[in-house]
Amino acid sequence: MSTISLRRLTKVFGDLVAVNAVDLDVGAGEVVCLLGPSGCGKTTTLRMVAGLETATAGDVLLGGRRVNHLPPRARDVAMVFQFYALYPTLTVGENLAYPLHADRLSASEMSARVARVSTLLDLGGILDRRPRQLSEGEKQRVAVGRAIIRDPSCFLFDEPLSRLDVQLRETMRAQLKEVLQSLHKATVIVTHDQLEALAIADRIAVMRKGVIEQVATPHEVFARPDNLFVASFIGTPQMNFLPAVLIGASDGGVRFRVGAQDATLAVEPSVARLAPGTPVTLGIRPRSLELVPVASARSLAARVDLIEPMGAETLVHLVEGGHELRVVVDHRVRVEVGSRVHVSPRPAQTHVFDAAERRVG
Amino acid sequence: MRGGYRARGVRQAGWSRTGLAAVVSFAYFFPVLWIVLTAFKTHNDALATPPKFIFPPTLENFVAVFRRSYIKGFAAVDTGFDLFFFNSIFVSAASVVLALIIGTLAAYGFARFPLRGTDTYLFIILTTRMLPPIVVIIPIFLMLRVTGLSGGYSGVMLLYTAFNLPFAIWMMKSFFDELSADVEDAARVDGSSETRVFLKVSLPQVRAGLAATAVFGLILTWNEFLFALLLTGVSTRTVPVAMAQTIGGDIGGRWGLLAAIETLFLAPVIVVTFLLQHHLLRGVTFGTIKR
Repeated sequence: MSTISLRRLTKVFGDLVAVNAVDLDVGAGEVVCLLGPSGCGKTTTLRMVAGLETATAGDVLLGGRRVNHLPPRARDVAMVFQFYALYPTLTVGENLAYPLHADRLSASEMSARVARVSTLLDLGGILDRRPRQLSEGEKQRVAVGRAIIRDPSCFLFDEPLSRLDVQLRETMRAQLKEVLQSLHKATVIVTHDQLEALAIADRIAVMRKGVIEQVATPHEVFARPDNLFVASFIGTPQMNFLPAVLIGASDGGVRFRVGAQDATLAVEPSVARLAPGTPVTLGIRPRSLELVPVASARSLAARVDLIEPMGAETLVHLVEGGHELRVVVDHRVRVEVGSRVHVSPRPAQTHVFDAAERRVG
Repeated sequence: MRGGYRARGVRQAGWSRTGLAAVVSFAYFFPVLWIVLTAFKTHNDALATPPKFIFPPTLENFVAVFRRSYIKGFAAVDTGFDLFFFNSIFVSAASVVLALIIGTLAAYGFARFPLRGTDTYLFIILTTRMLPPIVVIIPIFLMLRVTGLSGGYSGVMLLYTAFNLPFAIWMMKSFFDELSADVEDAARVDGSSETRVFLKVSLPQVRAGLAATAVFGLILTWNEFLFALLLTGVSTRTVPVAMAQTIGGDIGGRWGLLAAIETLFLAPVIVVTFLLQHHLLRGVTFGTIKR
């Protein structure tokens, strides 16, 4: 069985705790993305799985077997590096064949495998070139090819698409997803690009400062973030956060005081169980808000501060009482800078976080 | 292609600067030119005043270097330079190869597996090159005498290896430092042992560095005079020592023959330097210029 399990995995560099007691299970055939800002410990975690870093504490289990003591070559993993790490002195064909040397395959078996991978990734025309003669996209494909040629028990990808330009990244994202689905191996992908994570992963582990904040499906991470950090990190444009005070249950929702205004918002029923007067943070995504023509008990008023057209949609920045609120509207909606508008969240799309920044409900 | 390159050089620098550069180069190169011309002169031409720049060239001096031969007006002389040239080539090549092997291994160790105090070790290694060699000549002479290594090949070879090592270590380390650690990590994940990582992945990437280090070591060893004078015996003498001893001796006034020996002595260095000039540039800048 090809699985990856991390048990309270910890890495300390001097005074810095880079990875702090991380627990994670990647099932057979599952693709898990480690998502987080730079320096959050995701690459270090990946390198510990590969055996390139020694864990300070905790265990790495591959296929249920503890591998802490094994060097990288004995772990039967394949890794794609952020800068591809192709062997500069070898041709593309030799790069692809390099991992096969450890398996002591016959020359004919080797060239058959190289041929298969080069067909799969469309590398046939460049097998005789050296890495420095390749475009970024070609390097990326060679790196993937070198990883999949050996049929290892699991795959590790470190920011596989970060060096590609936007257009190529979209193409490669789809191609990578296709390859991963055909491989059906436990896979960990490190990325700081949430779009990449949302598009490729079966589950996403959101990391911050060496700690996994939430592990869930892309949909769940987006729709039910566990805490303020996850909520702020996932989704573009970023979620709006409004400090508010709970007033109490009200007709069809919960009433909050937001700045100088009161509004009744449809939230998780359990929010109503909080004591009146509890300070909370309301999280509402810019696409969960809509402009409404007239004020109501369910709307908030604000002044239009800035308008950013984004093509099919327009991002409208509102200000009210020192707080900023971003709303995404259809590009046909006309608003004017300086005018006052009313916005209302769509039902059940308001997230409530307590003073400890944890999700309520 | 070469012509195009030169034309572009002139266009960029302008004729006046190109002319100035030519004059300066000529001044530098004149002694060498003098030697090379003299090597092709007959004895009479070599002694002519004013000096001749146009003369019928002869190869008799070169023939005389390696063969006992009769040159008009002189008795037949065995110069022994075939042996001295062999000694120079053998000692230089062996000590450079040794220094390169030991130095490359040490440099890889320093670059990839740093110890506590690596910088101090590296500095100490470099300090051995900071004092003029003549300062340590007596202790070294005594050391080699006591160990019985004086007079043979092994003594000078060991000494030259030791002289070349600090340089080889520092230079090779700078090349290893430049390599991507990810590439080596990739090889580890791809199933390579540390030995295979070094031999198949790291070493091939520093070929230019090996070439540059070899040339520098070769020039240093090839031209070395002081230790060779003291530590080589009659049969292990290198060309620089032999050349010095010929002046005023048997060959004394035979400038043509001396010039031929010098020309032959210069040739390998010039050829090797010319062949590896691109690597040398990278070497002297310690890898700071990207290809």
